[in-house]
Amino acid sequence: MKNFIKSIRITIAFCILFSVCYVLILWAFGQFFGPGKGNAETVTLNGKVVGAANVGQAFTKDIYFWGRPSAADYKADSSAGSNKGPTNEAYLAEVEARVDSFLVHHPYLERKDVPAEMVTASGSGLDPHITPACAYVQIKRVAEARGMSEEAVKALVDKMVEKPFLGLFGTEKINVLKLNVALEEANPTVK
Amino acid sequence: MNTEILGVVAQIVLMIVLSYPFGKYMARVYKGEKVWSDFMQPVENLIFRFSGIHPQEEMNWKQFLKALLVVNLFWFIWGMILLVIQGSLPLNPDGNGGQTVHQAFNTCISFMVNCNEQHYSGESNLTYFTQLFVIMLFQFITAATGMAAMAGIMKALGEKTTKTIGNFWNYLVLSCTRILLPLSLVVGFILITQGTPMGFDGKMEITTLEGVTQHVSQGPAAAIIPIKQLGTNGGGYYGVNSSHPLENPTYLSNMVECCSILILPMAMVFAFGFYVKRRKLGYSIYCVMLAAFLIGVCVNVPAEMKGNPRMDAMGIAQDNGAMEGKEVRLGAGATGLWIVATTVTSNGSVNGMHDSTMPVSGMIEMLNMQINTWFGGVGVGWMNYFTFIIIAVFISGLMVGRTPEFLCHKVEAREMKVASMVALLHPFVILVGTALAAYLYVHAPEWVESEGGWLNNPGFHGLSEMLYEFTSVAANNGSGFEGLGDNTWFWNISCGIVLILSRFIPIVGQVAIAGLLAQKTYIPESAGTLKTDTVTFGVMTFAVIFIVAALSFFPAHALSTIAEHFSL
Repeated sequence: MKNFIKSIRITIAFCILFSVCYVLILWAFGQFFGPGKGNAETVTLNGKVVGAANVGQAFTKDIYFWGRPSAADYKADSSAGSNKGPTNEAYLAEVEARVDSFLVHHPYLERKDVPAEMVTASGSGLDPHITPACAYVQIKRVAEARGMSEEAVKALVDKMVEKPFLGLFGTEKINVLKLNVALEEANPTVK
Repeated sequence: MNTEILGVVAQIVLMIVLSYPFGKYMARVYKGEKVWSDFMQPVENLIFRFSGIHPQEEMNWKQFLKALLVVNLFWFIWGMILLVIQGSLPLNPDGNGGQTVHQAFNTCISFMVNCNEQHYSGESNLTYFTQLFVIMLFQFITAATGMAAMAGIMKALGEKTTKTIGNFWNYLVLSCTRILLPLSLVVGFILITQGTPMGFDGKMEITTLEGVTQHVSQGPAAAIIPIKQLGTNGGGYYGVNSSHPLENPTYLSNMVECCSILILPMAMVFAFGFYVKRRKLGYSIYCVMLAAFLIGVCVNVPAEMKGNPRMDAMGIAQDNGAMEGKEVRLGAGATGLWIVATTVTSNGSVNGMHDSTMPVSGMIEMLNMQINTWFGGVGVGWMNYFTFIIIAVFISGLMVGRTPEFLCHKVEAREMKVASMVALLHPFVILVGTALAAYLYVHAPEWVESEGGWLNNPGFHGLSEMLYEFTSVAANNGSGFEGLGDNTWFWNISCGIVLILSRFIPIVGQVAIAGLLAQKTYIPESAGTLKTDTVTFGVMTFAVIFIVAALSFFPAHALSTIAEHFSL
């Protein structure tokens, strides 16, 4: 019983130390140093918030670069992966269908040009990035839909490639939302 | 050179380099020597005074365990109540409801035993209040419980003959204030600068570029993620854990989080060597564990970076590896490393979906947890290894005809019985649980259907999902082949029971062995002593672990992961 009373008291003490003090220190730090001041960082277009910088969103129109398939339909309050196993036949058929559909929208491509990232679902269902290769294969479609020259679109894509961390570690990537916002700034279709 | 591989190498080097000074520091903390963090003393004294604890009061191993078990019992009650009534508590801007009783039972036990298996999604089944006053609180204090048990064992093994093994409350508080709190703050600061949210606003409503409304879950995530990693807890703030772009926004945040998984379990092995003043023994244990870890890395990283052969057969460009269930900013290499790091320890956080990894990676993931001694959970990982040292000492003693001794104390029948029970419990609960689930799946299909059908993948992989689940809870890991529909009556209850058994029976057994050994007369080392800090003995322990722990699972793997690998 003595132990039980000590347990209650020490738990309250830990609540004050961790759930209150530790949390408040981090919260205060976030107010000054967090890119979103404690909230998710946002991206704006013409002064209007159009998305969270680190959270992917669905792009289906031809005038935009597309992100990866999502098992969560890009619902940012219920993240999810597909959890499909590598030998699941139904899943492989689904990927097959995504390849076909990607080729229909990009008739100038061959099968071997379709990047795997564009036909596989991400872990979170909210992946904000694609690889540079994923963007390059979409350039022609986007340029035609917008009536821009392919060179101009390609220059934009090149500008948006994010190098590996310190140039040494990790992957090269492009933030799809930021790329599309840059497109809109160069060639506005929304007001 | 490939930047993905460079990133993997950098992370491994960083872990190893950091673990040495941390180990030294931890040994000094538990010994009560002077350290830089002594400025925390007033805080500790305040906690002791408030709780009515005399930190210098020595306990024998039975009193030590009693305190440990009682405080855990209270935490269970605390967690159960708060989770069920969370809907009517403050800090609930998203208006989430309370958990059902069987879900709360599973959640509460899972966090109490430092497993953090989640049969719910953080965005919708928890409030900010329960995230902070149950989930995060438990992540600190249950990790500290494991570390306190380890400190008690170090004290027992470090002395010649002793009846007492230190004060549980004292170790518990020191683990929190001197180790977990400062490190979590540092990691938290880094994550915040990388873009992890740390606020109390509810979901952010956004109209996307294409005009769709998107609700972005946020909240005090940056407080929970550091301790989830450092305390080998693994329970994510968001449902998809560290693959979520707000939980793990950049490659840098990924490096920091991945190193945080292993840093304390690694340091603990060094700490043991320093504490008992047998550095060589510490180094040799460290090397065995590191070797096993690296074997896993060398299998999984290439397997994931090579990709799915079935995808190659489609004739598409799979240049960056198996990207199903992975994130572009992290890449297949970093995910390949993480899946090994999170399963050798009892962490269980993920930065990609394990269910979608290659079969051979799945095998390594499961084997790591089935063996459950390579670094392992903070404190408890080393203690599992200790069980196998006792068995190895006994076997090799018999082989060469010497009295089995460890650290100058005789290992006798009583200790051996406890060690064998602890070692056999693990395969027992995993295999029996999986067998039961597989039996029900085949023979009671209607009932399984009424529970939502459980499996997300057919065939061999389906068996892997069930095997993985029991493996994960028995190892107190908490990761999952998350395709398994596990928020059901069967999985919540059966996993809850396995969780309790496989957390507390080993801790009790291991502390008891150490306590029993410590009471025996000290036999000075002589020419006849079996040396435990040699390469030979390291290899011997490895072999014992492999035979006892890994081979028991071979038939199960033959039917699941291995069979799937050959059907690729």
